[in-house]
Amino acid sequence: MAKTVFKRPKSLKENVFHYCPGCGHSIVHRVIAEIIDELDIRGITIGVPPAGCAVLAYNYFDFDMIEAPHGRGPAMASAIKRSLPDRVVFSYQGDGDLAAIGIAESFHAANRGENITIIFINNAVYGMTGGQMAPTTMLEQKTTTSPAGRNKTLDGYPVKVSEIFSQLRGVTYLERCMVNSPANVNKTKKAIKKAFQCQIDGLGFSLIEILSPCPTNWKMNSVNSCKWIDEVMTKEFPPGVFKDNIAEAKKASEAE
Amino acid sequence: MNKVLMSGNHIIGEAAIRAGCRFYAGYPITPQNELTEYMAENMRNVTGGIFIQSESEIAAINMIAGSSAAGLRVMTSSSSPGISLKQEGISSMAACELPGVIVNIMRGGPGLGNIRPSQGDYFQATRGGGHGDYRTIVLAPASCQELADLTMEGFDLADKYRNPVMILADGMMGQMMEPVIFKKPKPRVYNEKFMLRGAGSGKSKFIHGLILDPIDMEEHNWKLARKYAVISKNETHYEEYKIDDAQMVLVAYGTAARIAKGAIKRLRSHGMQVGLFRPITLWPFPELQLRDLSSKIKQFLVFEMSTGQMLDDVRLALQGYADIQFHGRPGGAVPTPSELANVIAKHYKKND
Ligand SMILES: Cc1ncc(C[n+]2csc(CCOP(=O)(O)OP(=O)(O)O)c2C)c(N)n1
Ligand code: SF4
Ligand SMILES: [Mg+2]
Repeated sequence: MAKTVFKRPKSLKENVFHYCPGCGHSIVHRVIAEIIDELDIRGITIGVPPAGCAVLAYNYFDFDMIEAPHGRGPAMASAIKRSLPDRVVFSYQGDGDLAAIGIAESFHAANRGENITIIFINNAVYGMTGGQMAPTTMLEQKTTTSPAGRNKTLDGYPVKVSEIFSQLRGVTYLERCMVNSPANVNKTKKAIKKAFQCQIDGLGFSLIEILSPCPTNWKMNSVNSCKWIDEVMTKEFPPGVFKDNIAEAKKASEAE
Repeated sequence: MNKVLMSGNHIIGEAAIRAGCRFYAGYPITPQNELTEYMAENMRNVTGGIFIQSESEIAAINMIAGSSAAGLRVMTSSSSPGISLKQEGISSMAACELPGVIVNIMRGGPGLGNIRPSQGDYFQATRGGGHGDYRTIVLAPASCQELADLTMEGFDLADKYRNPVMILADGMMGQMMEPVIFKKPKPRVYNEKFMLRGAGSGKSKFIHGLILDPIDMEEHNWKLARKYAVISKNETHYEEYKIDDAQMVLVAYGTAARIAKGAIKRLRSHGMQVGLFRPITLWPFPELQLRDLSSKIKQFLVFEMSTGQMLDDVRLALQGYADIQFHGRPGGAVPTPSELANVIAKHYKKND
C-alpha cells in the first residue's frame, strides 16, 4: 500500500492561500499548522492575526483566531493569555505592524514577559499596502515611498528587532530565522516549535523573527528573492539565537 | 444594605468589581487616576481579577477587547485625550460586537486642555467617536449613587447587546464624595458561544471586523443598525424634575444637571416655574420623550459645560416646536447654582 508522505496539516483549512507565489507567509502558515498538529494543541490555541498581508490568516488556520487592529496584536494577545492562562496564544505580525505602528505594544508585551509567542514576518516592506518603506527596509532599498532608495539621513536605519528585544529581561526565547531554503524552513520550524514549547511550559515571552520573501514588492522572481535574503538581508539581519533563557527559566520555575 | 462614603472614581471601580469585572487595563491621566489606582489596589485581590497598567490608552482598549473576546467582563478608563486614542479600538469592538465598559472622566479640551471638569466630549461619545457606522451606548450619571448603579448596568447592557458602553462623567463627579449603596448585581447573562476560548475538539471560530465583500459589509452594517434601533427603543432613560407646572424646562446632564437642580430650587423660591429634563442615556438620546414635552412647554434652556453639543440633539428632538436657549461654560469653571439661577431668570423674564 502507498504510504502518505505529505498531507495537509489538520490545523489548516481547505482553502487556497491568497498569498502571491513565492511569498513567505504561506510557508510560515504551513509550518505553524504542522507544529500545532505535532504538539496536539489545536483545541487550545488562539491566534491573533495582524493588519497586513496575513490579515486573512483565519481563512487558513483552523483554530480560534481574533483579528487585532494594526500593531495591537501583542496587547490583545497579552490580555487573552492572562484571561485564559492555559491556552497557547500567539500574535502573528509583519514588520510595519510590529516595528512601526505597534512597536510600543510589542516592546511592552516582551518587557512584561507575557507568556505569549510572537511570530514576526520581516519582509522589509509593507506588503499589503503595496510595497512602501518599512522600518526594516534596507538602506538603499527602493520602495514606493523610498523611490530613490532608503536614505539613512532622511529615512533612518533598518530596525533590528531581535537585537533590541533580546536586551529586555522579560524575553525568554528569541531567534531570527529565514524561509528561503528547505534547510532554513526546517530551522524555522524548530525555532517556532521551541517557542511554543517555551510557552506551554510557562517559561515566558518568545519571539521568532523570520526573514521572509515578498517577490511581488521586491520586484524579483522567487529564486532571486531567496538569494536576496542571503546576500543582502542577512548582512543587516544575521540569523541566529539572540536569547535562550529557557534552561534558567525552567530552573527558576522549579525552584518556586 | 450599608451606605458607604466614597469618591466617584472609587465608586466606579468598586461597582465594576462587584458587577463581575475581572479585567481592567488603563493608563494614568488626571482626573481619573484614582480609578486606575483603585483597580490596581483591589483587582488582583479578587479571584481571577486581572489588572494591567498598559503602555498607552491604545494598548488598554485592545487589551480589554482581547479579554472580552476570551469571555471576561472588562473595563478601561481614561479622560478626554486618552479616550481620543482609544477610538480605533472602540470602533473595532463595536464592529466585532465585543462587550466592554469604557469610562471617560472628561476634562477640559480641545488638545491637552486642562484638568478641570468639562462636558466637551459629548459629540465624540454620542456620535460613535471612532470611524465607521456604529454606536456606543452612553450613560451619564449625575450622582455618586448613579455612578454605582449605571456602572453595574453598563456591564449588563454591554453583554445584552454585545456592544461597548461608555460611562460619561467629568472630573467633578470623579472627585466628589457622597454616600452610596451598592446594589446586588444581576447574575451575568452572556452566551458562551460568543466567547473565543480555543476550539477544543469542535469547529474553530474567528472574530474579525474586516469584511472585504461590499454586500457582506453592507449586511453587517444593517445588522448593527437593527441592533441600535432595538437599543433606542428599549434603553432610553431620563429623569424629569418639577416638570408638571413648568413654564420653562432646562435640559442638562451629569454635573450640569446637578447644578441645574440647585438653580431650580432657588428660582422656584422666587416663584419662577422652572423644571429639568435630564437625559440619563445620551445615546440613545430621549428624543421622543423630550418632543412630547413641547406640546405643553414652549421654552427650553440647554445648559452644558461646553459651547453647545447636546444642544444639537435637543434641536433635533424639538424640531422647532419650542424655543431653545443655551448657556454654556466650556473652560472648566463650574458655575454655582445661584450663578446659573441668575442666567435662567433673565431668560425666563424675557419671555414672561
Ligand atoms: C491604523 C491603520 N493604519 C494603517 C493601516 C493600513 N495598513 C494595513 S497593513 C499595513 C502595513 C502592513 O505591512 P507589514 O506589517 O509589514 O505586513 P506585510 O503586509 O508586509 O506582511 C498598513 C500600513 C491600517 N490597517 N490601520
Ligand atoms: S505582497 Fe508580498 S507579503 Fe503580501 S502576499 Fe504578496 S508576496 Fe506575500
Ligand atoms: Mg512587511
